[in-house]
Amino acid sequence: MENMSDNIIRVENLVKKFGALAAVNDISFNVSAGEIFGFLGPNGAGKTTTINILCTLTKPTSGTATIDGLDVVHQQSQVRRTIGLVFQDPSLDERLSGLQNMRFHAMVYGVPGSVQKQRTEQLLRMVELWDKRNQEVRTYSGGMKRRLELARGLLHRPKVLFLDEPTLGLDPQTRNRIWDYIIDLRRREGTTIFLTTHYMDEAENADRIAIIDHGKLVAVDTPGKLKKMVSKDIICVKTENNDDAAEEIKQHYRIDVRRDGEGITFEVDNGEEFLPPFIKEFSTRILSVSLRHPSLDDVFLKLTGREIREEEVTNDLKAMVWQHGRRMRH
Amino acid sequence: MHHLNGVYIIWYRDVLRFWHDRTRLVGSITFPLLFLFVFGSGLGSRMGSLAPGVDFTAFIFPGIIGMTVLMSSFMAGISVVWDREFGFLKEVLVAPISRASVAIGKTLGSATIALLQGLIILLFAPLIGISFSFGTVLALIPLMLLLAVALGSMGILLATRIRSMEAFQAVMQMLMFPMVFLSGAFFPMDGLPAWMSVLVKLNPATYGIAPIRQVLLGIGPESSFGIVLFGQTLSLWNNVTILAGFGTVMILLAVWSFGNQQ
Ligand SMILES: Nc1ncnc2c1ncn2[C@@H]1O[C@H](COP(=O)(O)OP(=O)(O)O)[C@@H](O)[C@H]1O
Ligand SMILES: [Mg+2]
Repeated sequence: MENMSDNIIRVENLVKKFGALAAVNDISFNVSAGEIFGFLGPNGAGKTTTINILCTLTKPTSGTATIDGLDVVHQQSQVRRTIGLVFQDPSLDERLSGLQNMRFHAMVYGVPGSVQKQRTEQLLRMVELWDKRNQEVRTYSGGMKRRLELARGLLHRPKVLFLDEPTLGLDPQTRNRIWDYIIDLRRREGTTIFLTTHYMDEAENADRIAIIDHGKLVAVDTPGKLKKMVSKDIICVKTENNDDAAEEIKQHYRIDVRRDGEGITFEVDNGEEFLPPFIKEFSTRILSVSLRHPSLDDVFLKLTGREIREEEVTNDLKAMVWQHGRRMRH
Repeated sequence: MHHLNGVYIIWYRDVLRFWHDRTRLVGSITFPLLFLFVFGSGLGSRMGSLAPGVDFTAFIFPGIIGMTVLMSSFMAGISVVWDREFGFLKEVLVAPISRASVAIGKTLGSATIALLQGLIILLFAPLIGISFSFGTVLALIPLMLLLAVALGSMGILLATRIRSMEAFQAVMQMLMFPMVFLSGAFFPMDGLPAWMSVLVKLNPATYGIAPIRQVLLGIGPESSFGIVLFGQTLSLWNNVTILAGFGTVMILLAVWSFGNQQ
């Protein structure tokens, strides 16, 4: 699909074992420059472990990975210069101000003083933290911390930005805002973005998605193609007489229908093309029609035989408890 | 050059952080001062002088400075464990600076803070009748730094292996108090029971505190303020060499261990 030389991240047969557990179990994929690449999978699937290997924090058991042609095991310091990171768990110095956290980062990454000032202001304004820059980070809310980490990760203009569950535990508004930044960033700077998430709706923003489960890649493709691969469009109609309607659909289109609540649900290949003639020709009076495209939830269910949702709830709960615990310890 | 820059940044951040948290400074010097005045006035009157012109309070004063430096330098380890617990260590470990410069920067950061606290205690010297010259201060600074770096890197070494805050604090208490009390900080070294004498001489802090005392009180090692090892009275330089040897081993181990942690 893409030109090989364009692949800014290359992963081949990567394995990471913790004792007997293969957290990452022989995965291979490429990410091309400028792509938003999503790693989607339930809690414990191996997403963070993969990121830790790619960002040189963990050594793989076997296999290779390169970033911009640099080997993550043998060229660690060059790799570190090339990448930016927002970790799953907070990694700020809470006793320093937002500005001081930014300055520390600029210093370790060797961003020259003159550039640093101007870029810090631009980034902090972008994430709407400029007014709070002199406050200690421990006074920030969870969403503010996340935004500061995002700004910090961009300070040294990385070619590749890794975001590990960038929106975990945040309210929907902040989640949307962070996504706006991410999409805007790719548009303006051409930064390659590698992110993990277990939110299905969020993964749809990516150009391509890799679905990972139990350390194995189950599928890698665009969200659209993934959905086409496993599921049809779902149509739900309410009519004056649902019994007649169900019978008519079965007879006429030879498809299965499901009665749920006050309506009937059935699946078709292409909902947009199916509906207009259906509405015109249908003899039972229709009260309402809705069309739903398959979601990545349906994809995940089909590929792994499990719902990702169950895990999402416990994960969010954990994040809350965890953040709470952290605040308590201050 | 690149490494030096890394060391500097890590040092700078730890010192800055300390500056943000100045109440820690007040806390960390009240304890030694309390010690000084409680022990000094409680026991001092019964003890008489330990050397011509040196009463008990004057005797333990350099010991209190040593104790302050020692306890504060252990913070190097605490700050590593703390950074790991609060996630900031990841930001540091994934940055393009070497692990060695992180370990050394941390050690020097806590040594700087330890030195500052030691110097603040020193300001109380005139209150208990010890006078000292500017030259004495200049001589004390490297001695305090040496003690702080040697024990600070030991703290870092421990912190690379002991992950949780609770466990680290437990180990620190287990190490710190014996190190303080078996260092000759609070009693002269002659006439100790044999078993205690052995422990005192195995304790690296002993070799840091004796020179501080000799320099501050202006009394040579041939008095009861010196250390006799294998029948030899150790000169100030002998002490410094022993402590520096210990410190070098600790720094090397700390740097190695820091570079090898996951
Ligand atoms: N340091 C470690 N030691 C042992 N097991 C680990 C370690 N890190 C992760 N694991 C295990 O590896 C698996 C994958 O974890 P992780 O990569 O964090 O998953 P995800 O980020 O997808 O939630 C989990 O079963 C987890 O318990
Ligand atoms: Mg994770």
